[in-house]
Amino acid sequence: MWARAVWLGLRAPLGGRRGFTSKADPQGSGRVTAEVIEHLERLALVDFGSREAVARLEKAIAFADRLHAVHTDGVEPMESVLEDRCLYLRSDNVVEGNCAEELLQNSHRVVEEYFVAPPGMCCPEWFNR
Amino acid sequence: MLGRTLREVSAALKQGQITPIELCQKCFSLIKKTKFLNAYITVTEEVALKQAEESEKRYKNGQSLGDLDGIPIAVKDNFSTSGIETTCASNMLKGYVPPYNATVVQKLLDQGALLMGKTNLDEFAMGALGSDTGGSTRNPAAHCGLVGVKPSYGLVSRHGLIPLVNSMDVPGILTRYVDDAAIVLGILAGHDPKDSTTVQDPVKPFMLPSLTDVSKLCIGIPKEYLVPELSSEVRSLWSKAADLFESEGAKVIDVSLPHTSYSIVCYHVLCTSEVASNMARFDGLEYGHRCDIDVSTEAMYAATRREGFNDVVRGRILSGNFFLLKENYENYFIKAQKVRRLIANDFVNVFNSGVDVLLTPTTLSEAVPYLEFIKEDNRTRSAQDDIFTQAVNMAGLPAVSIPVALSDQGLPIGLQFIGRAFCDQQLLTIAKWFEKQVQFPVTQLQEFVDDCSSILENEKLASFSLKQ
Repeated sequence: MWARAVWLGLRAPLGGRRGFTSKADPQGSGRVTAEVIEHLERLALVDFGSREAVARLEKAIAFADRLHAVHTDGVEPMESVLEDRCLYLRSDNVVEGNCAEELLQNSHRVVEEYFVAPPGMCCPEWFNR
Repeated sequence: MLGRTLREVSAALKQGQITPIELCQKCFSLIKKTKFLNAYITVTEEVALKQAEESEKRYKNGQSLGDLDGIPIAVKDNFSTSGIETTCASNMLKGYVPPYNATVVQKLLDQGALLMGKTNLDEFAMGALGSDTGGSTRNPAAHCGLVGVKPSYGLVSRHGLIPLVNSMDVPGILTRYVDDAAIVLGILAGHDPKDSTTVQDPVKPFMLPSLTDVSKLCIGIPKEYLVPELSSEVRSLWSKAADLFESEGAKVIDVSLPHTSYSIVCYHVLCTSEVASNMARFDGLEYGHRCDIDVSTEAMYAATRREGFNDVVRGRILSGNFFLLKENYENYFIKAQKVRRLIANDFVNVFNSGVDVLLTPTTLSEAVPYLEFIKEDNRTRSAQDDIFTQAVNMAGLPAVSIPVALSDQGLPIGLQFIGRAFCDQQLLTIAKWFEKQVQFPVTQLQEFVDDCSSILENEKLASFSLKQ
């Protein structure tokens, strides 16, 4: 539980804005609850940012709900229009690479040949420092 | 020279009537004069002039590489270009310089084409003019009086094209004439070992025959495309086009694509879902924008993405993630994939009944003025404007928009032909015949530029930027 509290605490400085649950929105589906908002923001690592954004999602869901009117019993999902063809696989030989320097140049934070990331959430020592 | 066909310009270059450097400079002059349109994100003058010099040498030695040698081209800014900034018109990729060329870019450069620059687009090609995968080659073509070709999915490599929807994205071609598009398609098509979604069928550059007899053709008119929102002008042109084919002996029949009314919804779910996945790579670590926050990875990712993406992009990511949630996956994502099959099957059934091509509008009307356009939000706009173009992306079929006439307001209107999968050559052959019948007026570039210059002198124009 402490990890969750820390997570919420850390998020606050990012301009925390709360209370975006959609109330009865005539065009919405009422599906975007506070839990859903938090869950989606966590998964997507993108925040809603405003009430309008929540309302837009409500509308998008209501729009998508129209799909349920289509009869799809016995219909297989289509993943690719090329499903009847054999996927090309090249032979497992190294033919290119050795471009670490070029690739590292595109990053803002690099140390020697490493991309540098801030600490993840699984370091209790870091939080207790 | 700037209004001629590709072959004419190529011939002029071969005969020395104009040199690649002169051609290049004429283009850049026009680019400078039309800068207020904000059409280019990056103009690559040095690169192009260097390429032009090399092209000139080749022509002097009689060793031109082909039809595209010395021809100026522009590339949308979601194609990777080695050493040249590639941004997708997004803050997220501002300053990003790819270390490689997209396959299609490489193919054009190998043929000696001159890269003028990277053109503007809606952020990550999620514009309401059709996202990159829903018509954003054909819609702008129709609005601007150009030929816009969407090849069959799997014909042209997507390697280096920053992906939006992997199962629908296709590089598109914009030119003034069908023949020019065919030349370019002939160069770009073909299997690419770096893109396993390209088919392995052999492909070679093709010349379009000049059709004189259309009496053996069967043209299908999908009745579900006759929607109330269709402007009377477009409707009238569509009808006239059908009559034209009939009067020349072709068989023109009504056909049905029963699931048409669901294609926008289906596209909406599949597109946002794939986008949610594709945009996940932008976390600020390896490339692209990175925020200053260093507290934790999650905080860094979240702030980077908030700063890097605009509302439209973030909205789609959130929608997509919603549809992909465990509790929603079956009811939305899988459901949409099933509906996609029904839509694709509609086309298969029609083509199996003997139809060679479908003839439809490309857009509901001529281009809408900006102030009116921004009244609706992006999803609504997409839903409305992509109606004729994006079912084609879901079925993976080839399609082309041909400019037909100017509206009463003097704005271009185009019509669309849809072909069978991998019958791109046949599709373009028919389109070429139609283009010849229609004789769409060629843009008088010099007049236009002079008019613009005088308007700019007389009025103080506010920002013309269509994107922030």
